[in-house]
Amino acid sequence: MARKFGFFQRVVASLAVAGMIPALLVPGAALAQRDPAYAAARAAGQVGEKTDGYLGFVTPPPPPLKAVINELNIKRKAVYAEKAAAAKATVEEYALTSGCLLISQTKPGEKYQGPDGSWQTRTSAPPLRDSRCP
Amino acid sequence: MAGRAPGTRRKVPASVLVAGATTTCLLLGGCITLKAPDKPIVIELNINIKQEVVYRLAGDASQTIDSNKDIF
Repeated sequence: MARKFGFFQRVVASLAVAGMIPALLVPGAALAQRDPAYAAARAAGQVGEKTDGYLGFVTPPPPPLKAVINELNIKRKAVYAEKAAAAKATVEEYALTSGCLLISQTKPGEKYQGPDGSWQTRTSAPPLRDSRCP
Repeated sequence: MAGRAPGTRRKVPASVLVAGATTTCLLLGGCITLKAPDKPIVIELNINIKQEVVYRLAGDASQTIDSNKDIF
């Protein structure tokens, strides 16, 4: 009997562990999502990707949105700084490179900053980018 | 034999010649003048970031964007 219970316990335990794995992954997956306020502002064209690798305001933002975007830009700068140091580059160089890629990744209808500094709306055509962009 | 011999020219000091040339230049208007440009002077601050640096960092930056989707 003891062996049987042991078997069942193992099965139950393994099922429980298997059930926990997706539960552990869910918070990680949730973190990989954009903040809903940011996602909505981006889709509405209130916020756009700048050439310098940071987010900018296309229209004057309401204070709550301004706070959300400023925080994202601070987080971006922290990531740029860390990665730039590892790559023996300056934060500005790393940020500009990221800006090139982020502008390429914009979806039609989203806003991005053109090489002349003006706000552009992304179409299905390739975006207007800095001549140094890869 | 004191004084100048007849028929010889008196030597003019170099400083007098230079002063004379400058005065002539000013009188004839043959001088270069500098004028401020009409259009504003645009200084491109990113000009020091080289294209080769951007190309070198592109692969690394692409991975960084993919692994931090919440802030990009």
